[in-house]
Amino acid sequence: MEFLQQLINGLQLGSIYALIALGYTMVYGIVKLINFAHGDIYMIGAYIGFFAVGFMGPQFIPALILAMVGCAILGFIIERFAYRPLRGKPRIAALTTALGVSLLLENLVRKFIGPNYIAYPTLVKSTTIYIGGLQISNIKLIVLSVALIMMFGLQFIVLKTRTGKAMRAASQDLDAARLMGIDVNAVISYTFMIGSALAATAGILVGVAYPRIDPYMGILPGLKAFVAAVLGGIGSIPGAMVGGLVMGTAETMVLGFGKSTFRDAIAFTILIIVLLVKPTGIMGSKVNEKV
Amino acid sequence: MAETLLQVEDLNVHYGAIHAIKGISFHVQRGEIVTLIGANGAGKSTTLRAVSGLLRPSHGKIFFAGADITGLAPHKIVARGISQVPEGRRIFPEMTVLENLELGAYTRRDRAEIKRNLERIYGRFPRLKERSRQVAGTLSGGEQQMLAIGRCLMSEPELMLLDEPSMGLAPILVREIFSIIEEINDAGTTILLVEQNANMALSIANRAYVLETGTITLSGAAKELAHNERVKKAYLGA
Ligand SMILES: Nc1ncnc2c1ncn2[C@@H]1O[C@H](COP(=O)(O)OP(=O)(O)OP(=O)(O)O)[C@@H](O)[C@H]1O
Ligand SMILES: [Mg+2]
Repeated sequence: MEFLQQLINGLQLGSIYALIALGYTMVYGIVKLINFAHGDIYMIGAYIGFFAVGFMGPQFIPALILAMVGCAILGFIIERFAYRPLRGKPRIAALTTALGVSLLLENLVRKFIGPNYIAYPTLVKSTTIYIGGLQISNIKLIVLSVALIMMFGLQFIVLKTRTGKAMRAASQDLDAARLMGIDVNAVISYTFMIGSALAATAGILVGVAYPRIDPYMGILPGLKAFVAAVLGGIGSIPGAMVGGLVMGTAETMVLGFGKSTFRDAIAFTILIIVLLVKPTGIMGSKVNEKV
Repeated sequence: MAETLLQVEDLNVHYGAIHAIKGISFHVQRGEIVTLIGANGAGKSTTLRAVSGLLRPSHGKIFFAGADITGLAPHKIVARGISQVPEGRRIFPEMTVLENLELGAYTRRDRAEIKRNLERIYGRFPRLKERSRQVAGTLSGGEQQMLAIGRCLMSEPELMLLDEPSMGLAPILVREIFSIIEEINDAGTTILLVEQNANMALSIANRAYVLETGTITLSGAAKELAHNERVKKAYLGA
């Protein structure tokens, strides 16, 4: 029972990592950029939710939608004005720009909202549900189900829709996608928007589950989600989901067995092991890395 | 009277400081097969990539069906009716054969027409039909080339650009590919064919241009070029 309880905690944390990891992996899949500002988009998502609640009261779904839309727009703007002008230039240029955007977002929030923790308003009243011998808070169920719905939604978009097919084509071969008549710039914009909306979801869920936020809250989860994406195989969407869940579970287990000082080390231990044993990750595509 | 479908005027393409195409002019009439032959590195692929909009010319103009298409984005050029089978096939390896073909019809909106077209392509390439659910990366080289051609046809181009479709194929497959190209042309599609296999290319083309390090050095009827001493020596292994 104790183990199951921990597993559920792990999956809750893991689904948040997974939602963030998806944005890293989708963007990397197409533009081969590690978008270091992605963790900060998640932070902004949490803040948008915070202010949304301030205006309209504690309504979960409207706050979620506002945060997703807000972050999608932010993702669009960042890609359009920070990364697109650097496309085709050496990769290090976009990478350093991503770091710059990350610092910019953190410091804007710090300056205009404040550097300190704020308590997140209660979006969902916590109750405990008993299933068999398990005690589960409804919040965990909500976090898990929202994350699952988002992931299914994403899989549907990617596998079934015209835009999703264009995204997959672009991630396999950008020039060939262009030759199919795909507007690659539009596809890249969509990718940033979808990834950012998923990060916003993670931001809201984290506000619900671990209710306090601050301008730097995106750094560590961002890094861990990045490791989760690498663990799953960077560029692979199912990989990011699995990687995120594994990462969250591993971290919670380490915590559960009293080794709280290792909590953050576990991510980087996993990273090192993956890079040594299977650099392509659990579901990474085979040998050939396309340019 | 024949109508000029593609007109390239004084095309120049640079890769950074490398001047890969140095002011070439050529044209393709509607209904023709025109071939561009030349050695490795002559600039054949660069020319096709510029026509498709993947590369921006540093100077010169490209007209298609009378309209200036210089500098248009690739997806707009496809929508106007120019489609390319790129060098090395460039199929989407992790997608199925069917998904690859569907992507070929990306600029098409009429579902019924897409379906009819798909059936026509399956009729021409029964292998692709048998393997429609197979992941394209697992196809043989010949099958991949058929897929690349089929995928290109899915957009129902007026002008088809083919970049070395015979590359890496066994002689029997090369003949098959070339007869397919002739069939496609008979069915009304204009073709600009880039080849190192000058023999085969000249045998099916109406006209030809010889490209040497970024410059067109010879042009004329394919039959005449096939008997030209310089061409024979340099490209026909005579
Ligand atoms: N991306 C690139 N960057 C720099 N130079 C390039 C690039 N692509 C091609 N070139 C150069 O441009 C010239 C023409 O290349 P291109 O690929 O068009 O030749 P090709 O005629 O298609 O040759 P092949 O028969 O080998 O395919 C070559 O000298 C090549 O080295
Ligand atoms: Mg070439």
